[in-house]
Amino acid sequence: MQLRTEPFVLNIGPVHPSTHGVFRMRATLDGEVVVDLEPVFGYLHRGIEKLAEERTYGGVIPLTDRLDYVASITNNLAYVLAVEKLAGISVPERAEYIRVITSEMQRIAAHLVSVGSFLNDAGAYFTPFLYMYRERENIVDLFDMLCGQRLLYSYMRIGGVSQDLPDEFLPALRKFIPHMRTRIDEYDWLLKENEILLARAKGVGILPRETAINIGASGPVLRGCGVKWDIRKADPYSVYDRFEFDIPTGIQGDCYDRYRVRVEEMRQSLRIIEQAVEQIPPGEVRSDVPQLVRPPAGEAYAHVEGATGEVGFHVVSDGSIAPYRCHIRAPSLMNLTALKDMIVGWKIQDLILIFGSFAITMGEVDR
Amino acid sequence: MVGPNITVDALRHLAPVAPDWPGNEWWHWLVFTVILIVFILVMVIIFIYLERRIIAWFAARIGPNRTGPFGFFQNIAAALKLLLKEGVNPTNADILIFWLAPIVNFAPVIAVFAVVPFQNGALLADLNVGILFVIAIGSISTIGVFMAGWSSGNKYSMLGAMRMIAAVVSYEIPVVLALAGVVVLAGSLSLNDIVIAQERVPFIVLQPLGFLLLFVGGCAEINRSPFDLMEADSELVAGFHTEYSGIKWAMFFLGEFGEMVVMSTLIATLFLGGWQGPGLPPWLWLLIKIFIVDFIMIWTRATLPRVRIDQLMALAWKFMFPLALVNLIITAIQVLAWPDALPLYVIPINWAITVVLVLLGSKLFKLGWGRVEV
Repeated sequence: MQLRTEPFVLNIGPVHPSTHGVFRMRATLDGEVVVDLEPVFGYLHRGIEKLAEERTYGGVIPLTDRLDYVASITNNLAYVLAVEKLAGISVPERAEYIRVITSEMQRIAAHLVSVGSFLNDAGAYFTPFLYMYRERENIVDLFDMLCGQRLLYSYMRIGGVSQDLPDEFLPALRKFIPHMRTRIDEYDWLLKENEILLARAKGVGILPRETAINIGASGPVLRGCGVKWDIRKADPYSVYDRFEFDIPTGIQGDCYDRYRVRVEEMRQSLRIIEQAVEQIPPGEVRSDVPQLVRPPAGEAYAHVEGATGEVGFHVVSDGSIAPYRCHIRAPSLMNLTALKDMIVGWKIQDLILIFGSFAITMGEVDR
Repeated sequence: MVGPNITVDALRHLAPVAPDWPGNEWWHWLVFTVILIVFILVMVIIFIYLERRIIAWFAARIGPNRTGPFGFFQNIAAALKLLLKEGVNPTNADILIFWLAPIVNFAPVIAVFAVVPFQNGALLADLNVGILFVIAIGSISTIGVFMAGWSSGNKYSMLGAMRMIAAVVSYEIPVVLALAGVVVLAGSLSLNDIVIAQERVPFIVLQPLGFLLLFVGGCAEINRSPFDLMEADSELVAGFHTEYSGIKWAMFFLGEFGEMVVMSTLIATLFLGGWQGPGLPPWLWLLIKIFIVDFIMIWTRATLPRVRIDQLMALAWKFMFPLALVNLIITAIQVLAWPDALPLYVIPINWAITVVLVLLGSKLFKLGWGRVEV
């Protein structure tokens, strides 16, 4: 007997436990299977690009925090790099090292959040999530020591960083590195080979390599497909060319690969921090830059490897104290353009998992 | 088959064991019913408390610790809050069914305890079809869940309820087959007789595979993680009870934890030797065993990710159903071969079979046998 069935529309979001913010997906379902998906963006739009035109160059830095708020340091860095490129400002060496250390700390913190919420989306009831928040707390404490902030750091300045490392910072960081290593091993020991996780995530939500490159995906989403592309190696900024580290890549670009790439990247970040802590020179942390920077008319683009991918700032100057235009390349948004193709044909549970494996931040998608 | 004189038959059967059992006096029924209802409510409160504290412990946090000693009164406060909350009726809801569903969900949970022995003969009704009663009454809760999902007029609820039906219909079979193994070993359907049959060794030692099947299938039937697809918080918000609030929601919560008490009790009774144990009073032994099973359930919930719906079905039909059949056949052969009493050397054989089969199943699941293409 053939039952008459019809697809129905399920609104997932904007207020939903697993949409990582106010994202909305209009999913057309045939039973459990997703037959169509329409992502709806824009619920968190604050007009940051427009707001940036109303502020001085230095005043834009706090706005950049509010893009990817779980990885604000790398946003700061991308913006100040663009302005420095535009105005031709050099940065003291110590500041470069501090930038690298903080960026990598930030990457670990952001990946902890991504991996934790990915496992939470897979249904591991908050345990891995809270384990990872426990370690993220250590990093946040270090940042607190550094700049008195725990989420929106605004630590970078044009021509350096806002203040030097406090005396107790480096010893605390040295103690943190081996601690974090054992913790990452512990996470792997708990869930890496878990049958349910393998069954849920392996082979699910495959992003073909060509598609990933064509849509301009970057970060762990691109590297999960097996593409060895990392801005830190491909176009080294700051002092990244002085450190030894590997670019972990996945094999087929499924959810599991993206999860593994993130975990391995945390290990590599620890390696970079370890080397940077050993090499860091004494000296100034901020070059002599006037309060109101007036870059010559022109434009510059700078990009860094953020936690979600290539964070880029395209800053156009007309010679005044405020940017004429400040375009932000948001990796989360770029990665999300593949969402529909990856989800259609899978089930609702996979939808949540695939979406979670992108580890987007809505602040960045909607800007 | 189930005649009116079942209890009398059972009494006659029990007579040599407990000659002064007062099951034929009217006050026995009254007192025991009150005791049972109080017992279940208290157990549910303790279970919720344990769930919160133990999950907090697993997740490296503290859990409720402010209200009363060790935060024990947190649940009382939560219950009071739920009682005072406004019960919202959604516009699209089918009100009558919407209101009936929590009752249909919770009432069978209490009824099941009628046949659970707390001591030799200390039970409300020693039915000679005890296990059948547990299975039959226990399944009624599912109808409550489906009523809730259907009447809420919410797509999330509907999806959760459909999943629930699919899961329970599938898992009932391996669970019943696992129970059949116990019945074959004990030679009786009455829970009290099954406990008495475990005087020498608990059935978990003789039949580890059956225990595993009942535990996994039981978790699936009462929506415990990793099979809690009907209220999967990461995708279906709250599943079938998304639209419920106030005391109606509390009834579902009671029902859910009540089912957990039922399943823990059932496993403790059938496989861990029920009230049997040296030294301590029998009811205390039963409680200890219930809490051990409960602890393992909380442990799995705090540890494992959730399976997908097709994997859930594949696990039931492709893995657990054959395993349950194998378990039943092996048990039957062994019981036929040694009709008087099983020799102790079948224990290592059964454990070896279990380990081999479970490892094989795990390997096959990893290789992708657990996937169903639609």
